[in-house]
Amino acid sequence: MKLTGTSVRRVEDRAILCGSTRYLDDIRIPGTLHCAIVRSQLARGRLASIDVSEAASAAGVVRVFTASDLGPSNGPIPQPTWFPAPEGLRKHIEVMTRPEYAHLLAPGRVRYVGEPVAAVLATSPYAAADGAREVYVDYEPQDPVVNIEQSRALRGGPLNDGRPDNLAARFVVRKGDVDFAFARADHVVSGTFRTGRQTGTPIEPRGVLADPTRPVFTVWSSNQAPHWLRDALATYFGLDPADIRVVAPDVGGGFGIKSMVYPEELLIPGLARLTGAPVKWVETRTENFLAAVHARDQRHSIELALAGDGRFLGLRDTFTTDAGASNLESLVVPYNTAAHLQGTYRIPAALIVHESYLTNKAPLSAYRGAGRPEAVFPVERIIDVAARELGIDPAALRQKNLITGDEMPYQAGIRYRDGTPLSLDGGDYRAVFDEALRRADVKYWREEQSRGRPEGRLLGIGYANYIEGTGIGPTEKAIAALEPDGTVSITVALPSQGQGHATMLGQLTADGLGVPLESVQVRQGDTALLPTGAGTIASRTAVVVGSAVSVASAELRLQVLDRAAGLLEVDPDDLTIRDGRVSVIGAPARSVPLVDCADPDIGPPLTATAGFDPGRVTFAYGAHIAVVEVHPVTGHVSILKYVVVHDCGKLINPMIVDGQVVGGIAQGIGAALSEELLYDESGQLATASFLDYQIPRSTDMPSPEVYHFETPSELNPLGVRGVGEAGTIGPPAALAGAIEDAIGKAGVIIDRCPMPPSYIAGLIDSGVADT
Amino acid sequence: MDESAATDRLDVSISVNGETVTASVEPRLLLAHFLREEAHLAGVRIGCDTTSCGACAVLLDGRAAKSCTLFTVQVADRTVTTIEGIADDDRLHPVQAAFREEHALQCGFCTSGFVMATIELLERNPEPDEREVREGLSGNLCRCTGYVNIVAAALRAANKVGRTGKGRM
Repeated sequence: MKLTGTSVRRVEDRAILCGSTRYLDDIRIPGTLHCAIVRSQLARGRLASIDVSEAASAAGVVRVFTASDLGPSNGPIPQPTWFPAPEGLRKHIEVMTRPEYAHLLAPGRVRYVGEPVAAVLATSPYAAADGAREVYVDYEPQDPVVNIEQSRALRGGPLNDGRPDNLAARFVVRKGDVDFAFARADHVVSGTFRTGRQTGTPIEPRGVLADPTRPVFTVWSSNQAPHWLRDALATYFGLDPADIRVVAPDVGGGFGIKSMVYPEELLIPGLARLTGAPVKWVETRTENFLAAVHARDQRHSIELALAGDGRFLGLRDTFTTDAGASNLESLVVPYNTAAHLQGTYRIPAALIVHESYLTNKAPLSAYRGAGRPEAVFPVERIIDVAARELGIDPAALRQKNLITGDEMPYQAGIRYRDGTPLSLDGGDYRAVFDEALRRADVKYWREEQSRGRPEGRLLGIGYANYIEGTGIGPTEKAIAALEPDGTVSITVALPSQGQGHATMLGQLTADGLGVPLESVQVRQGDTALLPTGAGTIASRTAVVVGSAVSVASAELRLQVLDRAAGLLEVDPDDLTIRDGRVSVIGAPARSVPLVDCADPDIGPPLTATAGFDPGRVTFAYGAHIAVVEVHPVTGHVSILKYVVVHDCGKLINPMIVDGQVVGGIAQGIGAALSEELLYDESGQLATASFLDYQIPRSTDMPSPEVYHFETPSELNPLGVRGVGEAGTIGPPAALAGAIEDAIGKAGVIIDRCPMPPSYIAGLIDSGVADT
Repeated sequence: MDESAATDRLDVSISVNGETVTASVEPRLLLAHFLREEAHLAGVRIGCDTTSCGACAVLLDGRAAKSCTLFTVQVADRTVTTIEGIADDDRLHPVQAAFREEHALQCGFCTSGFVMATIELLERNPEPDEREVREGLSGNLCRCTGYVNIVAAALRAANKVGRTGKGRM
């Protein structure tokens, strides 16, 4: 029986359930020094002096480092080379980006609360923490910049010396004649919408361990992209990449915030090289809130031009991003926003202008969805506004403008992030939305809404449609090998953070070769095993790595058949592999087990390497519908129904796919209703714990219904589209629409997420927009 | 700093997964760190510093407890069960098996705590309904699954417990 397409239970689970998985902090090397990092308590200022004398003599403390101890090796950190817009994109978007220099330890000035200032090495984590408390930093405070208005006004002068302003990046995307579109429009609607500052909060915080005592300098990091980290380390230390090994061990969640190279990931290896001892740093949750990247925090001023019949004619959007102290991945997130703004809709003309501004906050970068929830929120909001102004049902207005299967492939008229023309490659956006309307039984809920009104019940329905470019390049490789014991090993570059790669890739291999899943071993996330690779990001693993594994498995199968043909003295074409044995078709008694084919006496090891270059992204898409009841006094939101119809092409493991979608929805619901990183006027993060930053708990989460279309992608041999981020994209928009519909008062427009009860209760009371 | 705080050690003896672990510990040593460092039970995870996430949950005399919020010396002479101590050799505990069957785990970092919390929940309430499961597990955070499958696993395990009479600690 083919395993691909079935909900095989995961091969990863037993070890996890027995507590034997090994995350970063579980790796033990004798003689390890433990690092505690002293972080800035000030948002902006000069470092007048740092007194480490008491810390250095504290019990168990071995050494204390500040920027001056590191000298030239303190940085600046080399800018990663993978994120700037490729030439194919740059020439189209009038782009300006400025590199933002970061150092391992703050060199004379601090730029955000939580920035590393000093590092204490000690013989135990407790001693290191004790030592860190004895480091005394004398700051000269400067006026902090805690919002874009202050950044534009150059409060306290430019944040980076020698710069005329605080602009970090800017680009303009043009499609068609947008002025003409607006000039001939019957209706123009506009609004300003903001997505709050949020973060991924994997339950395992970050952590790094570096061991300079090994023959090859080895660094473990709880990280989504070990190969990028290796390259950054090589550049930073001036080493050959082959002389550094980076391993991502079992990783307890990533969600994008473990995909970039952080100062701590260079600092810990640097300290290990300086001291000659293994050094480990494990982040606390407080540090994770303060110093791991933040995300979202965009403000859109958006206008939609419509014809009298509701057809969209044009879109204008100017959006700004509060980039924090440095924009770690430059254009990646904001350009994703621009590329996904038109989304599932036919929009003939568009003008999209973006500006990123520096502030004294933690750096902003990618978190699951990475610019897409930020795009879908303002677009779906403005569609709801338009539906109201035109007196058209919001579902009907969407239906009129959704791209249908007949129009595929659909050229969006702009470039994707990789520089290729953005081409929507199949599916039927209208049909998926129609299916969602049917599954959600919107007709019933409209009646229920009317019935409830006289009783004072506030019921509402909200919609969100989205696309997601998935499976971005570059090439990923896979090695399939027949091991001496007759099992099959698969080696890939990208690490897993819980997505079930070992199961999913194992299914593809088991089917490709004709072996049981149990005899496939998947190895991943180790630059020593496979030296080239990018990262587990951008919903790309099933598409790019899965395809490579599939091709490598097919090649290995041919090699095995060849070897077995010699043993059985038949033609390879007459052989098949099933249940781990190669047998003659039609004469199954004539067979050899795979282990015989691996016999070193009869030939060299059988191994096949394949690479897969996707060329361009393949688009997944979907529709979310939320039905909510809002408490008329408290503003509390109950989600009565949540329906997703999604198309990620062929499903390799439906159970895992649904797990990804539902998990993403939970993060999207948190983003919609409760999660926000709030800084006060002095630049202190007021929400630096799970007590203040409220991620959904079991009592907050509905049981969403998830349905699939399976339109095969033609851009990869598996026909798959990526699914990792989809769930996060729709909920803020769908829930905003539903809550606004539930409140149902003229002039009340939801203009932000998250929408905590206090905000909603305020809207109910006011009856006017809070913009 | 007060040197004595770090140097005065106390001898403790704790029954962990059926074996007595004896150590001389700092009074401030958290139980979570004792279990990980002294008892070498790395299945106890630490995900926060405010007693919010529950990744460190263990059973203390049969009741779920967040081991990051207890000093080791507080639990001297008591009985601790961790994720490593619940399977019957190769046979998973019914709660563990239900988590696998329902795909109630992804990255796995919260899983130890959820399994221990579920075991205690079913001990107190062998036949919970969905709302009771959601409330019973609301002290644990998961960022991967959206809880739906965790709730399903707890309900599945409850049925299993009811049918076989096993799965009690």
